Amino acid sequence: MLEGQAAGEGVAEHEGIDIAASGQLTADSYVMRIALVDYGAGNLTSVKKAFTHLGADLVVPSSPRDLDGADAIVVPGVGHFQATRSLTAEWRAAIRASLDRGRPLLGICVGMQWLYEGSTEAPDSEGLGVIPGRCTRLTGGTANLKVPHVGWNTLAMPRPSSLLDGVPAEASVYFTHSYAGPVNAATAASTEYGERFAAAVEENLVMGLQFHPEKSGATGLRILDNFLRRVAALAAPAV
Amino acid sequence: MLAKRIIACLDVRDGQVVKGVNFEGLRSAGDPATLARRYNEEGIDELVILDVTATLEKRLAMAATVRAVARELFIPLCVGGGIRDSGDAAAVVDAGADKVSLNTAALTDPDLISRLAGQYGSQAVIIAIDAKREGGRYGVYVRSGTTASGRDAVEWAKEAESRGAGEILLTSIDRDGTKSGFDCEMTAAVSAAVSIPVIASGGAGSFDDFVDVFTSGRADAALAASIFHYSEHGVADLKAHLRDRSIAVRI
Repeated sequence: MLEGQAAGEGVAEHEGIDIAASGQLTADSYVMRIALVDYGAGNLTSVKKAFTHLGADLVVPSSPRDLDGADAIVVPGVGHFQATRSLTAEWRAAIRASLDRGRPLLGICVGMQWLYEGSTEAPDSEGLGVIPGRCTRLTGGTANLKVPHVGWNTLAMPRPSSLLDGVPAEASVYFTHSYAGPVNAATAASTEYGERFAAAVEENLVMGLQFHPEKSGATGLRILDNFLRRVAALAAPAV
Repeated sequence: MLAKRIIACLDVRDGQVVKGVNFEGLRSAGDPATLARRYNEEGIDELVILDVTATLEKRLAMAATVRAVARELFIPLCVGGGIRDSGDAAAVVDAGADKVSLNTAALTDPDLISRLAGQYGSQAVIIAIDAKREGGRYGVYVRSGTTASGRDAVEWAKEAESRGAGEILLTSIDRDGTKSGFDCEMTAAVSAAVSIPVIASGGAGSFDDFVDVFTSGRADAALAASIFHYSEHGVADLKAHLRDRSIAVRI
């Protein structure tokens, strides 16, 4: 199916996923304010486009204080782990405070790696530490696969999660990365590429995706929509 | 398992998709956004838009084309053709490109690779290499295949990787538009020399050409234009063919 028809063309369907219904969920009851943290790591156009397409009101906070009114926080990122240094102690405190207020946090790619304690890519830069373990460089395994890992790969889901609800077992998502986090109790999906690494994490309000949902076609939109539904359920005032 | 990627290329001139043979003799193949929508429905893994006019006055029209295609797509989109500096790259990134492809400009100013990789990440920087066989080597040509650069494709791919390129888009000038198959030997030589993905391009004429380039050619992805444009074969049929031959594809 066509992904994301131009505005005014009416209902957009996504291979069986009813995006119109999810749009109503936000439009009828509550317009979510999603804070997209821009710490200078690459281009956010595609992430913004995907969230906007799904009906979220995206704000890019200029200071940690701006996170106060957000219903959820998204930490995107491409490139080097070192870029997360721009997420200073003030940002980290504000993000933790948002979690304490019961607001979900989603890290994407380097943003997910940052949820761990750190990464060997930049040993001096600390992660947020809300997921145990440290990220390491992919080895390529015994088959000596190319690193970076670029392209569409499949997900193994060891348990149900709100983020990956309704994602079929054979679904593929788009990766582009050289580092990844270890599989542990927080892992909601893992992927095999020379070794098995965490492709998605979910532990209460903390969620992360190593792949790029904004570039993963209908599957990616479904996952972002799942996130928005969870945010809406937590944020919408009781009727 | 990581899938081999099937990439459709839209060569765009004056807002229309065109396709020639051996880089010459262009004919029209339709509206870019319409083709992009069709390929997406058929399961294409990625799209490349190449601006084959790339003159200054056409640049604004190109940004509009990129924006129109990007609006409908949630898969990777690469834009190239005539990108000479950071400003050109920024314009297509702002219009919705996830990756930019550099060709002549990267050879003229190799540091541009590092600068763009620093700004957008290596995954956003694709180095396009147009090469043809010259005795025992693969000569790199610039300016749409018209001018010999004096460089060898294998050596240039390695340098591009060391400067921060995220992928290599390798086009065989000898095979481009001929439908006589990819240059598997050249693709394998470049792919073995670098750790970044190599996208093979030029010469796709049959489904088995893709099988060959993914096996003996060691390609990570394959790009084609005319085989898809004129509805000769659907993307879904191609993927079924590859899957039947135990090549991992995204279904």
